[in-house]
Amino acid sequence: MVQSKNLIDESGKRTDGRVIDELREVKIKVGLVKNADGSALIEFGKNKIIAAVYGPREVHPKHMALSDRCVVRCRYHMSPFSTDTRKSPAPSRRETEISKVIREALEPALILEDYPRAAIDVFIEVLQADGGSRCAGISAASVALADAGINMRDMVSACAAGKVDDKIVIDINDTEDKEGGADMPVAYMPNLKKITLLQLDGELNPNEFNTCLDEAVRGCLKVYEIQRSSLIEKYFGDEKEMKE
Amino acid sequence: MQEVKRKYVIPGDIVAEGNLRPLVNVFKNGNSIVATRIGITESNKDGAKVIPLSGIYFPRANDIVVGKILDHSSLSWSVDINSCFAAHLPAQDIFGRDFSPAHDDMGRQLSTGDVIVARIAIFDRTRDPILTIQDKDLGKIPTGELIKISPTRVPRLIGKRGSMIQTIEQASSTRITIGQNGIIVVSGKDKDGITLAINAIHIVEVEAHTSNLTQRIRQLLNVPESEIESDDTQNSEASDTTIDEDEINSDNSDKEMRMINPNGTK
Repeated sequence: MVQSKNLIDESGKRTDGRVIDELREVKIKVGLVKNADGSALIEFGKNKIIAAVYGPREVHPKHMALSDRCVVRCRYHMSPFSTDTRKSPAPSRRETEISKVIREALEPALILEDYPRAAIDVFIEVLQADGGSRCAGISAASVALADAGINMRDMVSACAAGKVDDKIVIDINDTEDKEGGADMPVAYMPNLKKITLLQLDGELNPNEFNTCLDEAVRGCLKVYEIQRSSLIEKYFGDEKEMKE
Repeated sequence: MQEVKRKYVIPGDIVAEGNLRPLVNVFKNGNSIVATRIGITESNKDGAKVIPLSGIYFPRANDIVVGKILDHSSLSWSVDINSCFAAHLPAQDIFGRDFSPAHDDMGRQLSTGDVIVARIAIFDRTRDPILTIQDKDLGKIPTGELIKISPTRVPRLIGKRGSMIQTIEQASSTRITIGQNGIIVVSGKDKDGITLAINAIHIVEVEAHTSNLTQRIRQLLNVPESEIESDDTQNSEASDTTIDEDEINSDNSDKEMRMINPNGTK
């Protein structure tokens, strides 16, 4: 990757006015899709993504069913209007790949053995994209899965970190992704302290890699707090603690 | 009375620490017991569990369910029980052991679209649930309004010793059949009564985890003051129990047995 222009100014501000260790504003609303068993809308800066979960339900075609555990099917899709120039609604190579990595990022958190011969369908629809949509999609899908009442070992929170102007920054946006030095999306189970997704596009030396990973995990923990409060708000309202 | 500790949890939260037995909707991770669902925890010396607030119906043997006939093969009906597994009702259950596909017409007993109350006779994770209607008050439901609620709200709708559902039934002069799978049939002669009962059920579904719900439902249904007072004393005995799944589950089987079987499908 070749960096063409300054993405961090003298005062340490990035293209969207954030400092290097600042996350974009994250909002999550739970349960917007009435027909789904669980759903969530995430606004991650300018990203707007809906995740909907159906299931566990019967598997069709039946030959796809597994006798000892549940099948997870995931579809990540970008709406034609989600990008600057129209995107064809047909699934692209990139979307197919992201669908696969999101599924693999969510599967370790799910207790699939509890639902043999069934399927869980996860649909992630990107309404507006601004870099980091796979991370936002994972975070929303995890909330939707919890909303659907599927047995989970832990929530999955995701956040990217990367290198811009030779500095490690958290939560890469679209411009930084295209013109920066490296982009590293990470999905993390915050209570079990386990990583479920780690990708890296670009070059980092071992020190940079470690810093980058630490920063990404720190971002995941911030996202987790928002996921948590959105679920608590939906199910328990303003009551944070149960009255004795 | 045993001390029961309760708190709100989401998946991954620690329910309790120490050498406790993991009961339902929890798993053991080292020394701690971790929640797998959104819900309310209950931990005492017997173990720790989470009472879930969302989720689909997962069948259990001996559950009473309301289902819809989807189709039949030469040996069994397949029944939609609002679960990820299609249930089967064997033809022998109705025709007896001498059932013969050549001589007995299955379509005359139950046809596609019929609604039945049945008990899950056999279920384990290796095969689909097998139903039976060979029990008192099980069988085809001839009339009624069919409504669907979240299966996690069923215990709350029944209430402590059936208090909630009895209140609704008495106030609306209806007969309510509740399936553990969240499908409910409301039947009665009075249309207004049925509408009132359905409204009350929907309120219970939305406000299931809030306290004093039975009292608010009584006010909605205009149950006379004298009855409220007498029931309140009963309620205070029940103390702080908002949702007590096991106790309620054990009660509701009696409740559903009151269902009549006018068509005599057996």
